Amino acid sequence: MVLVSHSAQVAAAVAELAKGLAGGAAGVPVAPAGGTEGGGLGTSAELISAAAASVDRGAGVALLTDLGSAVLTVKALIAEGDELPDGARLVDAPFVEGAVAAVVTAATGADLDAVEAAAGEAYGYRKV
Amino acid sequence: MLDADFFRRWMTVAAASVDREAERLTALDSAIGDADHGSNLQRGFTAVRATLEKESPETPGQVLTLAGRQLISTVGGASGPLYGTLLRRAGKALGDAAEVDEAQLAEALRAGVDGVMALGGAAPGDKTMIDALAPAVDALPDGFAAARAAAEEGAVATTPLQARKGRASYLGERSIGHQDPGATSSALLIAALQEAASGA
Repeated sequence: MVLVSHSAQVAAAVAELAKGLAGGAAGVPVAPAGGTEGGGLGTSAELISAAAASVDRGAGVALLTDLGSAVLTVKALIAEGDELPDGARLVDAPFVEGAVAAVVTAATGADLDAVEAAAGEAYGYRKV
Repeated sequence: MLDADFFRRWMTVAAASVDREAERLTALDSAIGDADHGSNLQRGFTAVRATLEKESPETPGQVLTLAGRQLISTVGGASGPLYGTLLRRAGKALGDAAEVDEAQLAEALRAGVDGVMALGGAAPGDKTMIDALAPAVDALPDGFAAARAAAEEGAVATTPLQARKGRASYLGERSIGHQDPGATSSALLIAALQEAASGA
């Protein structure tokens, strides 16, 4: 799984949070791709491609994103065809809650469809 | 007929124009966005210029797909994948032809604009780059000057609109009264087309 945020700190912290709440989830490869290559706020296509390659185990890669350009850059990379591993997909989910649900689900050995469904269901958890 | 040199010139003129107007674009973006549109595009088009010099693509289609790829990788904001998609789609639509005519360019840019609308989900009137690009493509059959005028009018016409896409949409009614930075940079891109055609 790849976590794409405008901020390097947000991406790294959400990855740590999701893995922590999933009981370590040692078997689930999670890579943050936050901020620009120069360390600023924004989205880097290069960091996203590198993170996706680093977690690819051949079963597809789920990409979760935060806002605007993160979403559009991942969509554009998927449309390119050869920039991301085979089976890479943008998962439509809230960033923090979706990441936790996805890692917990992936840690049970579930496939990418189940991981995507679990992450998407996080939209339904109302807080009030 | 328009050859690879014309398309290289278009990108070079666009890069120069983005350099010249970067501060204005960023100022517009500071009103309703996150104040990085000018610097982001400047970084992207600088990379485009460098790549076109280094790789010397041989067809119009190759020039545009290469430029689009660079914008997606280097811009860092939403305008990267959007302009990248515009140019790559247009480049793919031109295929392997060594030269293309104005009608083919118009058709290719139409495919590019459709790609941008599909990617970003924006329609005309949402206060985005589409408000300059769509009328420009409609006017292109009447010539580059007509396309330029239509893009510039479209950009100005975003001022009274309320943003429905992108960061500006969070501002709701407060986005009214500001010209959209994306529509403004789109008008620069179309103006560069006319300048490239007139041998600038």
